[in-house]
Amino acid sequence: MDIFLQQIVNGLVQGSIYALVALGYTMVYGIMGLINFAHGEVVMIGTLTAITVAGSLLAAGMPPALAGLAALIVATLLCMALGWGLERIAYRPLRNAPRLTPLITAIGMSIILQNLAMILWGRNYQTFPPLFPKVNFELAGVHFTAVQVIIVLLSAATMLSLTLLVYRTKLGMAMRATAQNPAVAGLMGVNSNRVISAAFVIGSALAALAGIMVGAYYEIAHYQMGFMLGLKAFTAAVLGGIGNLLGAMAGGILLGLIEALGAGYIGDLTGGFLGSHYQDIFAFMVLIVVLMFRPSGLFGEKTGDRA
Amino acid sequence: MSDNTNPTHKPVLLAAKQVAKHFGGVKALRDVSLTIRQGEIYGLIGPNGAGKTTFFNCMTGLYIPDGGGFDFTGTPLVADAPDQAAARGIARTFQNIRLFGNMSALENVMVGRHVRTRAGVIGAMFNSAATRAEEAAIRERAMALLHYVDIAERADDLAKNLSYGEQRRLEIARALATEPKLLCLDEPAAGMNATETGELRELIEGIRGDGTTVLLIEHDVKLVMGLCDRVAVLDYGALVIEDVPAVVQNDQRVIEAYLGA
Repeated sequence: MDIFLQQIVNGLVQGSIYALVALGYTMVYGIMGLINFAHGEVVMIGTLTAITVAGSLLAAGMPPALAGLAALIVATLLCMALGWGLERIAYRPLRNAPRLTPLITAIGMSIILQNLAMILWGRNYQTFPPLFPKVNFELAGVHFTAVQVIIVLLSAATMLSLTLLVYRTKLGMAMRATAQNPAVAGLMGVNSNRVISAAFVIGSALAALAGIMVGAYYEIAHYQMGFMLGLKAFTAAVLGGIGNLLGAMAGGILLGLIEALGAGYIGDLTGGFLGSHYQDIFAFMVLIVVLMFRPSGLFGEKTGDRA
Repeated sequence: MSDNTNPTHKPVLLAAKQVAKHFGGVKALRDVSLTIRQGEIYGLIGPNGAGKTTFFNCMTGLYIPDGGGFDFTGTPLVADAPDQAAARGIARTFQNIRLFGNMSALENVMVGRHVRTRAGVIGAMFNSAATRAEEAAIRERAMALLHYVDIAERADDLAKNLSYGEQRRLEIARALATEPKLLCLDEPAAGMNATETGELRELIEGIRGDGTTVLLIEHDVKLVMGLCDRVAVLDYGALVIEDVPAVVQNDQRVIEAYLGA
């Protein structure tokens, strides 16, 4: 039972991060039908930027809380600019191209960003500076750290804000209208270019936040870390029904839980044949099973509804 | 009924100048020129496939004309820019209703307020006071428009759950939300019964009474002839005649176009 509860906590933490990244995929897909495979790299750039900023500020003698806040602001702004630039440079010129073209471009941008990060930060693992107090809590036999608590609470607050933004504001309304019918939204005076830019910028801000969480949680980062994280988050988005905000959040949390429980029990289940490092197979197994029975994902609508 | 016995004294709102559009070998519009004057209810009729909707699409920026162009309030309209057409004051409804089905009726109208409001992305992200005030104003205005077209009680229902007649009215409210100088209605009476058509007629006359010029594509010839100040007839993409209903009705070419003689 202790393992079970412990893995639930671990899964919630990991799932919150997946959910934040998955939202970036799902917003862009919902509005323009594009899978932005470079999104994982935006997360990675966010992590590495935060490491550099926080690391140098700490070395200069700034208190950890301030250094962390500065790192958060710089990384978020940089990622927002990066997301905006990606759309302008790589995707907007291909707006009316066949669907496969921007997909290939997205993969290309992903490779470019990885290599750029390798040049800037090197091939070695980077250590995330100690920004948060190393406090451990214990509750009902379950251990968790301050970082884990912060990750879950901050993710929940961010997701709530995003939901309010999309369902309560004029910008959110424009985003939903554009997702449902770009041409008609245009006739109502919605500037579709601005709406698409907004989706990229907001998604990238969430990616930066997720990047810092990943860095603080695992305490290491690497120029290739965005690939697997991006793939998992994309899986979460598809699991929940891509294009659907609630689906991305639920899919992310669910995927985190499945992985954590899988990692916790896979040894017992296979008589020790497979270890916890096989946890990655759970994400994709679950994806395959869900897609077999609900091709549009858990919260997805039938594709006919988009028109 | 209109009292515009001599509409030629009013200033020109929209001038189509030799607008041409072809799809492959099909000439959907052949050098169509016509003028719509301020305060008119102007009818555009013609048999199926005559090019009426293509004309609408060129005017509202959904299609780029292959030749000619439009002057609106004296200056040319930019082709291929639907949001600019809206900003200049042209709004439309669709023959096959195109609402945002998964948004509420109120939200559909609120989207139409976009073009007339300012607060931007940054304000929305930080939920500034100016943004909140503007959103409250948008909501209030949208609600007033729902009252105007008489479907206020459906404000919170998803657009896709409204009845057919209500959806038509909602499309008109959404178009009016952009504060158009020219409101273009694409077959608004299609599928309506006599009572609904009568109510629609009152609505259109009310809209004109409030100062908005109306361009009407319609199959219901009786409605068009009774409602419009002037009528243009298209056939095979070409303008047959543009005149007051009494003249159009008795024109030999119009009768031939409709009877296929």
